[in-house]
Amino acid sequence: MEFFKQTKTIGFMGRSKIAMIISVILVLGSYGLLITKGLNYGVDFAGGTIVQVQYTQDAPIDVMRKQLSSNAMFKGASITEFGSPDEVIIRLKTSSKDISQDVGDVTREALQGTGEFKIRRVDIVGPKVGNELREKGVMSLLLAMLGILIYVAFRFEWRFAVASIIALVHDVSIALGALALTQIDVNLDVLAALLTILGYSLNDTIIVFDRIREGITDTKSSNLSDVIDESVTKTLSRTTLTSLTTFFVVLTLFMFGGEIIHSFGFTLLVGVVVGTYSSIFVASPILMWLGFDIKNFHGKLAEKAKREAEKEKMRAQFEQGTI
Amino acid sequence: MKLNFRLVIFILAIGFGVFFSMPSLLNTEKGAKITLGLDLQGGLHMLLGVKTEEAVGSRMKSIAASVKHFTDHNDILLDTLSASEDEVKFAILDPDDAPAIDTMLKEIEGAVVNYSGENYALTLSAESIEKTKKEAISQAIETIRNRLDQFGLAEPTVARQGSDKILVELPGIKTQEEEQRARELISRAAKLELIAVDEDRAMRVYNMTDAQAAQYGDIILEENERPEVKYLLKEIPILDGGLLTNATVAFDQNNRPVINFALNSEGAQIFGDFTGKNVGKRMAIVLDGKVYSAPVINERIGGGHVQVSGNYTVNEANDLAIALGSGALLAPIYIMEKRSVGPSLGAESIRNSMVALIGGFALVFIFMMVYYKMAGVIANIALVANLFLILAVMSLFGATLTLPGMAGIVLTVGMAVDANVIISERIRELLYEGKSLHKAIEEGYANAMRAILDANITTLIAAVVLYAYGTGAIKGFAITISIGILASMLTAILGTHGIYNSLESKINKSKNPAFWFGISKKRLG
Repeated sequence: MEFFKQTKTIGFMGRSKIAMIISVILVLGSYGLLITKGLNYGVDFAGGTIVQVQYTQDAPIDVMRKQLSSNAMFKGASITEFGSPDEVIIRLKTSSKDISQDVGDVTREALQGTGEFKIRRVDIVGPKVGNELREKGVMSLLLAMLGILIYVAFRFEWRFAVASIIALVHDVSIALGALALTQIDVNLDVLAALLTILGYSLNDTIIVFDRIREGITDTKSSNLSDVIDESVTKTLSRTTLTSLTTFFVVLTLFMFGGEIIHSFGFTLLVGVVVGTYSSIFVASPILMWLGFDIKNFHGKLAEKAKREAEKEKMRAQFEQGTI
Repeated sequence: MKLNFRLVIFILAIGFGVFFSMPSLLNTEKGAKITLGLDLQGGLHMLLGVKTEEAVGSRMKSIAASVKHFTDHNDILLDTLSASEDEVKFAILDPDDAPAIDTMLKEIEGAVVNYSGENYALTLSAESIEKTKKEAISQAIETIRNRLDQFGLAEPTVARQGSDKILVELPGIKTQEEEQRARELISRAAKLELIAVDEDRAMRVYNMTDAQAAQYGDIILEENERPEVKYLLKEIPILDGGLLTNATVAFDQNNRPVINFALNSEGAQIFGDFTGKNVGKRMAIVLDGKVYSAPVINERIGGGHVQVSGNYTVNEANDLAIALGSGALLAPIYIMEKRSVGPSLGAESIRNSMVALIGGFALVFIFMMVYYKMAGVIANIALVANLFLILAVMSLFGATLTLPGMAGIVLTVGMAVDANVIISERIRELLYEGKSLHKAIEEGYANAMRAILDANITTLIAAVVLYAYGTGAIKGFAITISIGILASMLTAILGTHGIYNSLESKINKSKNPAFWFGISKKRLG
């Protein structure tokens, strides 16, 4: 079975301007959302308290609200359904430091008489820990990008590295924009998803770049645009196929993985789609706009080959001399 | 089917994977197994902070106690000995005692002494304060560990995190009642003090404010069982719990649990001296700022055995004895982060992620088979081997599997198959170009290798950063992703290559590339 049977090269670069416009709109829109709506930080980063309660029947949210409102501890608490009607999450902006008095115990007392229930999860994150986790989160994103930048620059060329990083920033920005739009809780698992998107999207980009590198080394033409078109066309089948398989997997995770990894799944879902798009329509055009010059590159390659050959020759002479 | 070195390595890897993943999969008694994270098996995770300033305050108090004992023992008369958060003050009545006091003060570690005439003011040097704070944290870790070990929970973890935080993980907690008991045991200061009652002013205790009491060098404390009963006690204790060696639960004549504890030789000496000199007066036994009893001293008590009675249940008495025996916390602790997951939620998470894993796996499996035919089947074999390898390596290292870790495994399925897609596409391409099967396979692998390596290494970079900066459950994600990528190099690249090598003549003989690689005969020409 085959999906992609075209032997003709597709003119991706000719359409890169349209892609560029779409990307700019998406990225700017994402930043707009981030500024106006902002991210909805969950307890991990904002600090606060979460109590997850499961009832044996549908949770009586209104009754719970009434009963909890009489307790000072639950001032400003939000009570929402979590995944199914019998499960509820109580969110507090405050976090108690007191180790002897527990929110779980207090909740259990306060909800007495609302029906048969079980407290299944209590998360308390103090403001200091929340700040620390947020700082660490931002640091990890930056460090991962830096590490990737260095590696790609070392394996390819600096323009490849810059292009792939721009594509990464593009992907992460849009994923963040989607999170701001949906107001999904941003917790540690979402951070993990963002880092996975980094790795994943880069995977795609690198496989395209690898083809371009191969194309550049082999080609006699000096038209980068043609080489890129040809390389992207050749990898199109692979890019789409693996994106599809990964998409399937993430989709099952999103649908069946349970409420707790819902936001993780959602972030990845956005990431897989955007990452695939960017490796085809963002990374390669940027490579072109950064002024990559095939002739120059060939010159460098030839020089390198010459140096290698000379070294080889000297080594041979040296070895002969000693024998 | 011919053997070659790649195939041999692959078969060995499968054997290794199946063998070492069995203990985890079948949950056998013996063998190294994967540990389930707290989010999957349920339990309590806490990050605790230590109020180190208070450790300095209690150090000042204990310095004051030793000054008092020294002067009492040597018949030196003092005027108003007092201890505050960061200072101990006193004055001597007889200037001739100054040399003896000076010698004693020199022996107190890190003490800085300021004189003005007969007035002494004692503070601690900056290093000594720092050291006291550090010790408070180390001591808290040690104490909490001791208490939890004796509490009898399975595999408690108590570890320092960063410079000033304590990580406590209790996987064995199943119910809220158990959690409450564990939290109380951990947080209990268990600070035992024996304090003299100020008999001269004891009658006036109900008409006195805390400030007035402080003027006499006294404090007012409530009784544990009846908070309305108050005692006027000397601010500087006779003894504190640091001189305790052992605490056990016993039963009194009414068959109620009591706690017996023994003092070390220094404590017994001080205790003996004090009781000898104060016959007929009362001495309060104070635990965590509450008076438990205040018996009248009938005679000098040697031997250093003391009994604390209270209205406890047997469980409470046991926990209290554990707390007393493992020593007091030098400084109170507080919660910085707490996560508790009920076992039913953990089980549900396992179930959900298993469904996702199986579902995702099945989808990829079927897709590969339909799209690539036999090449897809070969890739699927590698995929299964990959799963076993991940489980085996995690079992051997005793790695922790968390919910994000499960997601990592699911994701690895998608990523591992990527290598095979790249390889298969390359081989198809080369076959279309009219290359021989042997050449198509060898060149296909060689060409695909570079791209796969670069792609995997960049993902590994992200995973390593995630491991270094992540906490708890997220670290689990980084671990499974990393192991998955490394294992996929062995299975998806080396393993499938070996299979192709050994099947080469068979594929050639069959003259049916459509069956083996799922390509169209027409385009092959």
